Amino acid sequence: MTQTATTHGLGRRTMLQTALVLAAPPIISARGETPVRIGMVDPLTGILSALAASEVEGARYAVGRLNKKNGILGRQIELLVEDSANDVGTGVQKTHKLIERDKVDVIFGDVNSGIAYAMSQVTNEAKVFHIVPGGHTDPITGTDCKWNVFRICNTTSMDAAATTGELVRRFGKKFFFITPDYAYGHTLQDAFIKRLKALGGEYEAEQLPINTADFSATLIKAKAYKPNVLLNNMGGLAQINCMKQFTQFGMEREMHLGGALFELETIRAVPREAQAGTWAMEWWWEQPDVPEVGAFVADFRKATGKTPSARHWFGMVAVESVRLAAEKAGSLDGPKLSLAMEDMALPPEVALQPGRIFYRAGDHELMANIFVGDAHPPAGNNPDAVFTVTSVVPGEKAAGPVADTGCKMVHPA
Amino acid sequence: MFQLVLFNVTNGLIIGAFYVLMALGLSLILNLSNVINFAHGNFLALGGYMAFVLTPYIGFWGALLVSPLLTALFGFVIERLMIRRVYGRDPVYSLLLTFGLAFIMQDACRYIWGPNGLPMNVPDLLAQPLTADLFFITWYRIFMVAIVIVAVAGLFAFLRYTRVGIRIRAGTLDLDTVNALGVNVGMLRSLNFAVGSLLAGLAGVLAAGQIGLNPNMGDDLLMPSFIAIIVGGVGSLTGTLLGGLLIGVAAALTTVVWPAASEAVIYVIMLVVLVVRPRGLLGEEGMLT
Amino acid sequence: MSVTTADAVRPLPGRRWLTAAIVWALLLSVPAWLPMLGGYTALAARVLVLGLAAMSFNLLLGFTGVMSFGHAAYFGLGAYGAGLTLKYLAASTPLAMLMGVLLGGVAGTLFGLLIVRRRGVYFAMVTVAFGQIAFYIAYSWNDLTGGYDGLRGFTRAPLDLGFATIDIANNDIAFYYFLLAVFAVATGLQGLLLASPFGRTLLAIRENERRARFLGIPIERHIWMSFSISCAFTALAGALYALLNNFADPMGLHYTLSGEIVIMAVMGGMRAFWGPLVGATLFVVAQDYISSITVNWMSFVGLIFVLVVLFFPRGLLGMLQGRGGR
Repeated sequence: MTQTATTHGLGRRTMLQTALVLAAPPIISARGETPVRIGMVDPLTGILSALAASEVEGARYAVGRLNKKNGILGRQIELLVEDSANDVGTGVQKTHKLIERDKVDVIFGDVNSGIAYAMSQVTNEAKVFHIVPGGHTDPITGTDCKWNVFRICNTTSMDAAATTGELVRRFGKKFFFITPDYAYGHTLQDAFIKRLKALGGEYEAEQLPINTADFSATLIKAKAYKPNVLLNNMGGLAQINCMKQFTQFGMEREMHLGGALFELETIRAVPREAQAGTWAMEWWWEQPDVPEVGAFVADFRKATGKTPSARHWFGMVAVESVRLAAEKAGSLDGPKLSLAMEDMALPPEVALQPGRIFYRAGDHELMANIFVGDAHPPAGNNPDAVFTVTSVVPGEKAAGPVADTGCKMVHPA
Repeated sequence: MFQLVLFNVTNGLIIGAFYVLMALGLSLILNLSNVINFAHGNFLALGGYMAFVLTPYIGFWGALLVSPLLTALFGFVIERLMIRRVYGRDPVYSLLLTFGLAFIMQDACRYIWGPNGLPMNVPDLLAQPLTADLFFITWYRIFMVAIVIVAVAGLFAFLRYTRVGIRIRAGTLDLDTVNALGVNVGMLRSLNFAVGSLLAGLAGVLAAGQIGLNPNMGDDLLMPSFIAIIVGGVGSLTGTLLGGLLIGVAAALTTVVWPAASEAVIYVIMLVVLVVRPRGLLGEEGMLT
Repeated sequence: MSVTTADAVRPLPGRRWLTAAIVWALLLSVPAWLPMLGGYTALAARVLVLGLAAMSFNLLLGFTGVMSFGHAAYFGLGAYGAGLTLKYLAASTPLAMLMGVLLGGVAGTLFGLLIVRRRGVYFAMVTVAFGQIAFYIAYSWNDLTGGYDGLRGFTRAPLDLGFATIDIANNDIAFYYFLLAVFAVATGLQGLLLASPFGRTLLAIRENERRARFLGIPIERHIWMSFSISCAFTALAGALYALLNNFADPMGLHYTLSGEIVIMAVMGGMRAFWGPLVGATLFVVAQDYISSITVNWMSFVGLIFVLVVLFFPRGLLGMLQGRGGR
């Protein structure tokens, strides 16, 4: 038995129910035609669980919405969610399980790029269509791109490229980087430096362990360097702690704080006084100029009681993309879906942002806008109004040409 | 450069003080009951979350006092219900038991308070830097160290001057004799476990103010605490104290020259200790070997 | 333990063969019956790999009486050894396995030298800490291991036997039988080892270290050798794990996995030869099943730990055989 969105919600059930489920063999209710099965692997436990929970919630919302209408190709959708526990072995095993046992038509996942990559090897071998909603490292749509894999969130390089211009324009071109010492951090910092150099800037950088909790030594060095902008490239808890200490040390009076990716889920964990800095959001819920966004936000709040985050949007877009591609291809066959997705643009009620939002054929990356702006304490009495967009950078501009990504797309013969 | 080194030594002592608080609790339980409490980091998280819940009602200062006591009470109950049942059995059982407990407690925190991190606000007074020159030392850090000093002094006084404390120390050396002298060893171990949990809870409140709350918050602190104990020498609380401070300072000094290695250095220290002086700085030969 | 040592390993000759026959019959026919029960081949492959890890670990815990809580280190080193070989040296599956075993085995042998005098919880604590060193190296050495993101960019190579090639790279069933063959050889060697005079000596140490020492047995050397052998076999399981996933990552070295390996051994019965395999089966299947049903699976898995310790300390096979354990 796997959780299904059509029948019940994720998670909290009593032991009794679980015992009953455990005792009963898996029975699939016969309800006319077989449903379209989407398998989603995400780290519902472990340090990325908050982001994963939002992605699943977004996907589940979209499934509920579509099932009320016409589903996909007239068939109901069944979302099977599996926990990768932020562990590659488990993620790979769950992918096998979804493909071999549950015979899913499509796979989504994972928030953790390492797991997403390992999953893509499995899905590629099995020729199953695979969408990575929110794993950021470049190679997934770069040097390691695959014909069956598409990605919704940006690459790290795109986020960095989008913010650099804005930071230089507003604050100056002397940067100090605080970067986590692993592939994600290195890619991010390199992308920043490339753009910064092109604009004639200068910088100093320090690399720290991923889980650093104390930044005082590094912040002292940063203060001595007197940069215009301090770039906080850390992720998760480390990002928050770096922001807090920046504020506690009163450094906001001397330099500006900035960075690439930020998430609504993360801002909520930052104490009020430290909610500051200039960052990139990959989608934002306040877009007065786009009428569809208001309707979506209201409906989403009604359905879930929450303000949608970028992660919710990723999950929603993943499901909607499958529907759109399937309708275009008239099939759920992996290779056909893939060809249909290439250069496919999202309609306004799915894109929920200005411009033409499409999956680029050359690297299978979604060319979505990047929302650069300022984080701040909640405005008014809305606890989620913690970010103000100052500029919207088109994804294609941030991504650069396909040739630069290193992707050579090869379709099966 | 000199100033930077001096600062980092200070900073290392602050971080070390934190490891000490955590490691002392672990060490107490290990010494008397021969149990490695793998769930110690989760007791820490529990202390932090309870402070988060209590702060709106009784304020930060009240929570600082009450939350560790509640953690201690929880530890006492857990010891009575479960831990005591594995005493005297192969150590594999106590390890597995606390390991399973850690899973359950982490999941419970995620279930109750959600997977998102939560900010914990400390009084404004503590969030300020000392002076403009010493901008990197906030009052909260000073406050943390002060609390740790008070707690450690309190612990050592407790062990030296109170009846229960003296019995705990005696039990660490020879539990059978203490038992033969008519001391209720079962209750002694329960109280000892509660004291260990109290320290974890206190560390949790302090950590919540410094790094915020999340269900995994204790995980990163568990290993440094193990290492503090191994480096200091199993069986010696003073050794644990020294070990914690030593690895804190070593990690901070490494940040000056090679920031990326600041986590690795504590493991290197442990290896060196194992090779050169296997019983640890102040450990006694034969203790728990 | 009042039972004499030899009896504890091998209850009765007849029953011993019966158990082995049942185990092998079930393992050989997996592709036939597993899908009918809602399983899938990759699940069985995972059971085999983790079962081998747990059985290898149990050489130490169950048959020498020494408690390591850091065996994930050798498992993970085996995985990295195999992965790095496939990625940088040669596309040869046997070579990858050999290198994995060497990396984990040598690391275990060297580290074993440092710690053979430690016992009980202290031994456990030192092994955990060493495991975290290995974890830390894999996690930080970005250029070689891929760091936090894991080692990618290798795939298991088809098996070239000279006269024929077996496609274990793309055929899941073939790969399962390949795993089973390796598993058979490894557990066969373990069985021979335990039946040898060396194995008997280990049991004597487990039962009463002091008495064994009075008999003139070099205790430290035996524990050291047992530790090294156990690490090498665990590394073999790790190498197979890398082949199974076509990936190696730092979580394969983490102490969480060490704890899971221990619980598998205890849950199945650490005094029974096949106990850890039974435990691994229960654990992997339960985790797979529960984590599909509820996001709170960690509580259930934790509960399994607690219940096993409090109520089933002899494990499943231990209870069936009605002796051993405490």
